[in-house]
Amino acid sequence: MSTNAKDLRNPLKRARGLGSAQSGVGHWWTQRVTAAGLVILGVWLVVLVLGLVHSDYATARAAVAKPWNAVLLIAFLITAFWHAVLGLQVVIEDYVHTRWKEITLLVAIKFLAVLSVLAGSLAVLRIALGA
Amino acid sequence: MAEFTLPKNSKIQPGKHYPAKDAKKPRTFRIYRWSPDDGQNPRVDTYEVDLASCGPMVLDALLKIKNEIDPTLTLRRSCREGICGSCAMNIDGTNTLACTKAISECPSGDVKIYPLPHMPVVKDLVPDLTHFYAQFASIRPWLRTQSATPDRERLQSPEDRKKLDGLYECILCACCSTSCPSYWWNGDRYLGPAILLQAYRWIVDSRDEDTGARLDDLEDPFKLYRCHTIMNCARTCPKGLNPAKAIAEIKKLIVERRAA
Repeated sequence: MSTNAKDLRNPLKRARGLGSAQSGVGHWWTQRVTAAGLVILGVWLVVLVLGLVHSDYATARAAVAKPWNAVLLIAFLITAFWHAVLGLQVVIEDYVHTRWKEITLLVAIKFLAVLSVLAGSLAVLRIALGA
Repeated sequence: MAEFTLPKNSKIQPGKHYPAKDAKKPRTFRIYRWSPDDGQNPRVDTYEVDLASCGPMVLDALLKIKNEIDPTLTLRRSCREGICGSCAMNIDGTNTLACTKAISECPSGDVKIYPLPHMPVVKDLVPDLTHFYAQFASIRPWLRTQSATPDRERLQSPEDRKKLDGLYECILCACCSTSCPSYWWNGDRYLGPAILLQAYRWIVDSRDEDTGARLDDLEDPFKLYRCHTIMNCARTCPKGLNPAKAIAEIKKLIVERRAA
């Protein structure tokens, strides 16, 4: 934020910059909605996992295969990765100030999150559908 | 990346020591010094001040140093009663006004005084607030109306007037904005707590008719949403205001006008 004596532009020009992006509320709101969703889904997941602590592989597999458990597991995966991407986006925007690195990272985390959700969902579906 | 270390020419060197002679109540002040004219790195000078012949506030000590020990010490001050915001600086690790901060409130040991953090320094304790003021101008902080100008004053109910309490008291000293890590890393685009509190002061004013445009201007990932409710602003405000709450109210209003 150093002031450049050679910059002949008025300070107001610099302060106004490119103007408002007219967005940001969607990100902010979705981050809070996914957080609330994760509280509920997180509690459910902890209860499910605790119930399986001393059980064998077949029992665990059978628990995941139950329709409601499979649906909620996939819901958890989507919500968790969605929330993670939104949070990471904020960290990257805060600290990475080289534009090409910022954009690369922002796109990369979105690809990684989508891939992770797809892989996780496929795993759950394979068990649930008995493949 | 955000810069976490000082550039080479900003690294602080040990400075001069000015001992007090025959002081009855000596107290040591360690003060940041930098001049644009001598090509030197910044340094921290140590001044011993006799509190027996000094006023109670940190500003009194600074002026005593300037008047009696070292006239080259540079600082801003004007009203000496916490209403102009000129003497905002970092005292003992907290941004505050030197004129309302009592020396006795500083924890025992040396009193450390630095300019407001992460701002370009003009000299010694004087930060360059050009961009901060330009950001204030950018929110167009005045009453904006569409309806015809009335022949008399614009009326406001006592309830609506109450909504300005906790907002109108802001003196734009910049203590809050320069205490905010988000403003440190992204101050070029993030408006910061002081300017957002001022923006909310006009958004919530019952006489202003440009609320929607004001919200439009703020709805931006950087101008507004760099606030991560770190709360340094509310903790440091020398006037006891809560800019973080004002920012939260702006965010709530922007949610309110859209579908969930």
